[in-house]
Amino acid sequence: MATPLVVSDVAKSFTMHLRDGVTLPVVAGVSFSIRTGECAVLGGPSGAGKSSILKMLYGNYAVDEGQIIVQHGNGLIDLASATPRTVLAIRRQTIGYVSQFLRTVPRVSALDVVAEPLVERGEDREAARAKARSLLAQLNLPEKLWALPPATFSGGEQQRVNIARGFITEHPILLLDEPTASLDAKNRDVVVELIAAKKAAGVALLGIFHDLDVRDAVADRVIDVTAFATGKVAA
Amino acid sequence: MTDEPLLRVSALSKFYGSRVGCENVTFDLWPGEVLAVVGESGSGKTTLLNCLSTRLLPSSGTASYRMRDGQWRELYRMSEAERRFLMRTDWGFVHQNPADGLRMTVSAGANVGERLMAVGDRHYGRIRATAVDWLSRVEIDEDRIDDEPRAFSGGMRQRLQIARNLVTGPRLVFMDEPTGGLDVSVQARLLDLLRRLVTDLGLAAIVVTHDLAVARLLSQRMMVMKDGRVVESGLTDRVLDDPRAPYTQLLVSSILQV
Repeated sequence: MATPLVVSDVAKSFTMHLRDGVTLPVVAGVSFSIRTGECAVLGGPSGAGKSSILKMLYGNYAVDEGQIIVQHGNGLIDLASATPRTVLAIRRQTIGYVSQFLRTVPRVSALDVVAEPLVERGEDREAARAKARSLLAQLNLPEKLWALPPATFSGGEQQRVNIARGFITEHPILLLDEPTASLDAKNRDVVVELIAAKKAAGVALLGIFHDLDVRDAVADRVIDVTAFATGKVAA
Repeated sequence: MTDEPLLRVSALSKFYGSRVGCENVTFDLWPGEVLAVVGESGSGKTTLLNCLSTRLLPSSGTASYRMRDGQWRELYRMSEAERRFLMRTDWGFVHQNPADGLRMTVSAGANVGERLMAVGDRHYGRIRATAVDWLSRVEIDEDRIDDEPRAFSGGMRQRLQIARNLVTGPRLVFMDEPTGGLDVSVQARLLDLLRRLVTDLGLAAIVVTHDLAVARLLSQRMMVMKDGRVVESGLTDRVLDDPRAPYTQLLVSSILQV
């Protein structure tokens, strides 16, 4: 089995310049790797730094120390020190991300929100929309909502749009930040199926799941984030 | 995607006497990339934009542009005529105030057609057809083609200015607060339009804005300026979600939540 993602000795802290420059350490010595076809889960209590780790792996948070080696195309790239342009290319081709919250764009329909990542990768717009339709149907989003911008949708509806958007592409690495947080049982089961299909397709998945049923259903192993704790400092 | 940038800017500075306009700005811009330049009034972002678009000459530093034939040209060594030609064909400039970028007393169609004539098109029927097409792409009804922009609302004027700039198929567009001064609903429509056009046409753009939400929606990369210097730069979502420089933290923490 290949290992498309290797994290070694990554550290992260926040320096709050508006609070007299106080430094909040988040994690240190973060080291793990993810293999193709497995779903690893970040475990640990709230505030342990699970989301911060996921955001560093997506280039959304800067990395203070360490390396994040990603199999990108035919080469290996350190995402922690990559240029913005390289990070964008990695996001387009290699690493997908399903966030907790949907950032909506005014006036863009739910269908196009879902299809957009494929269009950005050069796929024909109609073909992308067809895939978007089948995913939204699988996730039980009522068809009457597809043509509407998701800004006014309920939390669970927005999250299903977000999940469809994240799962529509064939990124070899997929990061999941609590994708089932506001879903009902039926739709949680759909997400579990989608994750199983990704694993079968050889995708390397890393996720955060607070829902224990979902976690037990998808996780091949749990990475305990408290092992990377830095000791909390009072702000 | 090409492996060469479209624009290379190196150590660009502009001084007004002893006062700093912008200082030591260096970056590359690739085809299809949207770069937002953010900062407060007086941070030097408009000075930088004016230097890059050669409306102002910098005090020092260089900027090179890759022409359509693949040749690199040093912008500040081009003749005035060459720069004007570039501005009319391969570049666009969207002003905050549409009146600065439009001719207010000629028809909407002529505003769009004029740029086509400037690149040598003389066929009236074709020019008018292209103008109609572009007006519809910026959501202006065909029956307004003979009206003067004076009779248009602010949002329509701004959309017309965008059509006028994009009709020649530019590769690089400069925008100075493109949504400034518009109502929020009009702003949302314009942002959506700009996003779509930029993606569909593969445009590179440099967008100056003080509005971080506009920067987040339109750009992939961002430079934060203060007192004429770039204090932070990087991926737009990284800069906004994990701001590192004290000034960027202040800007981000000052956004009102709705």
